[in-house]
Amino acid sequence: MRVTQGCFSFLPDLTDEQITAQVQFCLDKGWAVNIEFTDDPHPRNTYWEMWGLPMFDLRDAAGIMKELADCRRVYGDRYIRLSGFDSSHGWESVRISFIVNRPKEEPGFRLERQEVDGRSMRYTTKAYAVDRPEGERYGA
Amino acid sequence: MTQAAIQPVPDQPAPVSAIDLRKEFEAVDIASVLAQLDRELIGLVPVKTRIREIASLLLVERIRQKMALATTFPTLHMSFTGNPGTGKTTVAMRMAGILHRLGFVRRGHVISVTRDDLVGQYIGHTAPKTKEILKKAMGGVLFIDEAYYLYRPENERDYGQEAIEILLQVMESQREDLVVILAGYGDRMEKFFQSNPGFRSRIAHHIDFPDYAESELMAIAELMLTEQNYRFSAEAREAFIRYIAVRKTQPLFSNARSIRNALDRIRLRQANRIVAKLDRTLTCDDVMSIEAGDVLASRVFAEGAAKGA
Repeated sequence: MRVTQGCFSFLPDLTDEQITAQVQFCLDKGWAVNIEFTDDPHPRNTYWEMWGLPMFDLRDAAGIMKELADCRRVYGDRYIRLSGFDSSHGWESVRISFIVNRPKEEPGFRLERQEVDGRSMRYTTKAYAVDRPEGERYGA
Repeated sequence: MTQAAIQPVPDQPAPVSAIDLRKEFEAVDIASVLAQLDRELIGLVPVKTRIREIASLLLVERIRQKMALATTFPTLHMSFTGNPGTGKTTVAMRMAGILHRLGFVRRGHVISVTRDDLVGQYIGHTAPKTKEILKKAMGGVLFIDEAYYLYRPENERDYGQEAIEILLQVMESQREDLVVILAGYGDRMEKFFQSNPGFRSRIAHHIDFPDYAESELMAIAELMLTEQNYRFSAEAREAFIRYIAVRKTQPLFSNARSIRNALDRIRLRQANRIVAKLDRTLTCDDVMSIEAGDVLASRVFAEGAAKGA
């Protein structure tokens, strides 16, 4: 099951040229681009691991693409996303976030039902991937 | 929010077999940058000639790219050597403009750094620091002033070497993404290149900045004054010509920078002279003109006389 989080996730995976264009778009807007990765694809998992610090004051996408290449070399089997942080007054938050790398196989999520308090039901989703310990989830 | 979304990646334009040179020349508008260089930088004939050559080479290279004849990206890293105050930094800024117009750097900004910005203070601090600067310089020009400080042979555990290695690697592997310009005083740069042969071979253009002649220094002084809306009176001009002759023989003379400092002090004395007489009406002319007295009060003359006596 293909994880759909952030921008462009219903489109085919972006090529490197397309990612470069997006990154340049962010930089031209004055946003700081950040690289994050994770192997826990649950939608409520908002805190992904950071690949280095957010990159402020860059002018050209080449520097970020270089970092992305480095990150892919180490964590190519995990989800990697780029986010653009707008520090201008009134926004001060992430303006764009999109996945740029995903595992070869995405097993998806299961729905768990829990019977509580008589006839009530509780539902929760769990990624199949997290059944295995961190770092071994996508057949590294 | 994401207008830049998915655009089809443009295909490479088909190679052309003939190009109108004049049209191409005018299209990149390199002439105006060179004219500005001539107008705003006095003297420096060998430097200007060299920049002209580089600009021509890049123009031809650009045409060759359009004709699909260019096989490799030209190496553009440069080294500027010369005495203090000969315009190395100023030319580096212009160089970024030229490279940008010709399309050899994508953004055309200049990141000016020294050893402190590249080299860390403890183990493991240098690499991230250098890489961060390199990332900022991507798409533009990285100007490393007094580059020889990067290498300190007297301390074998100096972190400068680590910065040098990262620099060399990026200078080689990401030639399309940034241009590195090293600058520094001639003799020390020579020593630096001798101990780091990797740098010399990765730098295509070595440009030497000559010292200014006295007449050029005078022209620089007048240009600076005009920019600040001041002017010499006839006698003050004579006095300043003498000032330059004397100052040049004294130690720590740093060409245009010394001239700028001298002018700053002259303005100080001029202001003091004006304020000394309060009961009068000032005209525009009074405030703009610098008199001989403002120049002659300089300490330089006193020291020159003492030495001559």
